[in-house]
Amino acid sequence: MRWPEPLTTLSRAELSLTEKLQQITWGLIAVICAISGVGFVMLYSAANGSIDPWAMRQMIRFGLGLVVLIGLAMIDPRVWLRHAYAFYAIAFLLLIYVDVAGRTGMGAQRWIDLKVIQLQPSEVMKIALVMALARYFHRLSIDDIGSPLSLVAPIVLVLAPVGLVMMQPDLGTALMLMLVAGGMFFAAGVRLWKFLLVIAAGIGAVPVAWNLMHDYQKNRILTFLHPENDPLGAGYHSWQAKIALGSGGLFGKGYLMGSQSHLDFLPERHTDFIFTMLAEEFGMVGCVLLLLLYTLVFVYGFAIAFSSRSHFGRILAIGLTLNMFAYVFINMAMVMGLLPVVGVPLPLVSYGGTAMLTVLAGFGLLIGVYINRDLKIGQRGLQDDG
Amino acid sequence: MNQEKARSQLFTRRAAFLAGGKLLLLSTLVGRMYQLQIVDSDRYQVLAKDNSISPRLLPPMRGRILDRYGIPLAENDQNYRVEVISEQAGDLKQILAELSRYVPLTDDDRARIILEAKRKQAFIPTIVSENLSWHQVAAVEVNAPDLPGVSIEVGQRRRYTQGRTAAHIIGYVAAVSEDDINGDPILSMPGFRIGKNGIEKQYETELRGKAGQTKVEVNAVGRIVKEIKDEDCRDPVAGDDLVLSLDSDLQRFVQERLASELSASAVVLDVQTGDVLALGSTPAYDPSIFIRGLTLREWQDLSSDPLRPLANKAIAGEYAPGSTFKVVVALAAMKAGLDPSRHVFCPGVYSVGNTRFHCWRKGGHGSVDMWNALKLSCDVFFYDTAMQTGIDNIAAMARAFGLGQPSGIDMPGERRGLIPDSNWKRATYGEPWYPGETPSAGIGQGFITATPLQLAVMTSRVASGRAITPHFRRTTIVGDSDAATASEAPLMDIPAKHFDVVREGMRRVINDAGGTAYRSRIAEPGMEMAAKTGTAQVRHISLSEHLAGVRKNENLPWTQRDHALFIAFAPIAAPQYAVCCVVEHGGGGSAVAGPIVHDIMLETERRNPARVNFAQKLASTTQP
Repeated sequence: MRWPEPLTTLSRAELSLTEKLQQITWGLIAVICAISGVGFVMLYSAANGSIDPWAMRQMIRFGLGLVVLIGLAMIDPRVWLRHAYAFYAIAFLLLIYVDVAGRTGMGAQRWIDLKVIQLQPSEVMKIALVMALARYFHRLSIDDIGSPLSLVAPIVLVLAPVGLVMMQPDLGTALMLMLVAGGMFFAAGVRLWKFLLVIAAGIGAVPVAWNLMHDYQKNRILTFLHPENDPLGAGYHSWQAKIALGSGGLFGKGYLMGSQSHLDFLPERHTDFIFTMLAEEFGMVGCVLLLLLYTLVFVYGFAIAFSSRSHFGRILAIGLTLNMFAYVFINMAMVMGLLPVVGVPLPLVSYGGTAMLTVLAGFGLLIGVYINRDLKIGQRGLQDDG
Repeated sequence: MNQEKARSQLFTRRAAFLAGGKLLLLSTLVGRMYQLQIVDSDRYQVLAKDNSISPRLLPPMRGRILDRYGIPLAENDQNYRVEVISEQAGDLKQILAELSRYVPLTDDDRARIILEAKRKQAFIPTIVSENLSWHQVAAVEVNAPDLPGVSIEVGQRRRYTQGRTAAHIIGYVAAVSEDDINGDPILSMPGFRIGKNGIEKQYETELRGKAGQTKVEVNAVGRIVKEIKDEDCRDPVAGDDLVLSLDSDLQRFVQERLASELSASAVVLDVQTGDVLALGSTPAYDPSIFIRGLTLREWQDLSSDPLRPLANKAIAGEYAPGSTFKVVVALAAMKAGLDPSRHVFCPGVYSVGNTRFHCWRKGGHGSVDMWNALKLSCDVFFYDTAMQTGIDNIAAMARAFGLGQPSGIDMPGERRGLIPDSNWKRATYGEPWYPGETPSAGIGQGFITATPLQLAVMTSRVASGRAITPHFRRTTIVGDSDAATASEAPLMDIPAKHFDVVREGMRRVINDAGGTAYRSRIAEPGMEMAAKTGTAQVRHISLSEHLAGVRKNENLPWTQRDHALFIAFAPIAAPQYAVCCVVEHGGGGSAVAGPIVHDIMLETERRNPARVNFAQKLASTTQP
């Protein structure tokens, strides 16, 4: 390790711990804290003005997650590059494990009980897939991208976990994985017409899929389209969520005053539907403010992606940002009735351990990319060739 | 290196494109927020309120029913009941065991309560016991710390202070039936009761009052979270108190006096105002059983009783008026131009064509004029007079005195009786009125029927000369001169001298030796009454029986005995009260109904407030 020399010429791998800490984007962490703070406030309200059972535990988890975030940010991205596939393989095996366990009479199960936390392999897979795709595209030259054959491997990387997740069945996660992967394919430079082809094929498959669907699956989609036709049945959640949102108006009913939330009309108000509670109590003003905070996160994500001089860093950063975006968009669109109810939490706000941890871990990786933005990583990966 | 640069540039373009796409998607979200939270917000606010705010009705306090002196006849009791909320009680079985130390609970009760509580949502109270004594309430309240989930609630319960005595008049309240529901939401309230009979039914709308409304916030499973006060909330308005013309002490006297008979009824009217002072029907029933709700068995027993305890016979019993009808026949005859001093010879029998009509007195009365015909109740005189007058004239006069039509009393269930005439005969039987049918009408038999109330109205009109209408609702306040309202009843279009004939005849009936009701006379000076007896035949007496000798009533089965009727007014000098009494299958009017009317009239006159005041004044001035 040479020391001291100007930072611009220095390879980031040689940064000391203190320098790395100095390089952390504290602004992003402040935004993350602000969003999580909104979460604590809403969880306090969800428990009818009590710190138990949710707000306190969420704060503790957030504290732990923050430590994990900073710890991960300290790690050199080349480590991730090196172990991306291994990480992916582990996540994949865990997914298979819960699927098999679920099928052997233990009921539908999506998590592995590790006593300390309940590990949800599908959450882990979200990070692992981003990492694996980043590694794959990092090695692909601009010419290789043009060749359809080179896309076979990453498509398999995506569809394998999507298939497993769908079998759980966890439609939300499957949708997220595909959305994030699609974005990464696009950012990596896959030709536009190939996307159009896939989309066209997807639309073409709709009638076929409709005919293959079970009645209850069809009902779910019909209910999504017209929740008010079945306000006490399958459309109940979606309909009550809309009422909560709409009745919030511009400024909301006031903190702890949401009738829909506090009178139990709102389902899952501390997890997936927490946004409707915010909407009811703080109105459109509160909603837009939260959305602006998330947008700030996305801006940071993109800025980091642009700042990175390694392709791995760029793709990783864009993938992580897309992941975050997918969470936010699918959740909000779902509670606002733009998408069917698929079960995706609002990151950092919804109550839940694994999601909180994976989201914060993702930010750790993202900040790691920023700290090591000047690091150049060769196509083959392991050392500088620039 | 160029390749790397190209890749970097491609990435930058693509990433910028993605960022644009995201921005677009985020704008969609904002657009959706705008649509839901601004454009459609009003609609969703209404829906949110509908979800959580539910209006609750507050039952109004029912108006009391008071007698003419302000004594309550129907009032509202506080009904203390113990309720238990199972989710707060924890171990319901144990709580009930604890509770049974203060409130008697059988094993069956406990099983019922536990079953009922299980069927409901855990936060909805279950009634454990009702009608608690004050002592029990206190015991439960004191031990409240040991009785989680147990609470004392207060409701209303109708109480009839007079019990059986005024049951037929007051009626009762009972649960709303399917037919009663008319869109008024209060009728759908659980436990709400409305008037089902008598005054309670007649004045239901006034007594009921107006329901109040409150709003409560409920959660998704219906638990009440809090009460909401806003401009739609209002307190219930209690129903009006209703003052009756009834004198509850007199009513009790009448009802008790009638109880000496199996089945009888009596009416006491104020002849000047139409006030109903008492109206009795025996046997009576206990109205409180309708409040607690009667069993099918009790209902069957009551409704199949041959003595018809549920019927108010004073307004719903239709009887042949018998000789009491002669009063009307006499007035009709005078109006038709017959001279009251015209004498008719009574040999004991009267013939129309081949039909022979017997006088009640086998040997006949000899030559009688109208006064003595009334006094002796000579049938032959009235056979002849009726023939001279004609059925249509008699019917017209009968109607003028309130017969053959509802009296218009403010009470449901009144019957109209029947006054036949030639038109009626043709319409009903398709036959003309035969002259042979007129003599029977002349003595109040045949087709003619009337209710005791109608006969009392007839008597009042004879006594006062005013076309009074009977009513239960008090029109004057106690203390006011009754004369003030007397002018409201119009004078009847009958010459005074005609009235004088009939009144004098009725005076003789009871005050002259030889009159049919002489033994029922009132001797107290200034309280004498005028009267007319009546005995209504229930069975047909054949010619052969007449020849063989009419069987005495005592030898007949009860249901074939004659009805005994008696009408009277008093005091003769300035008529104030009219009394009518009908004893079903009682036998002779003079023997059975007369003494009853004597007692009732005497009591009525003694209770005259003017007289009482006079006596008090006398007492106070004579004191040193």
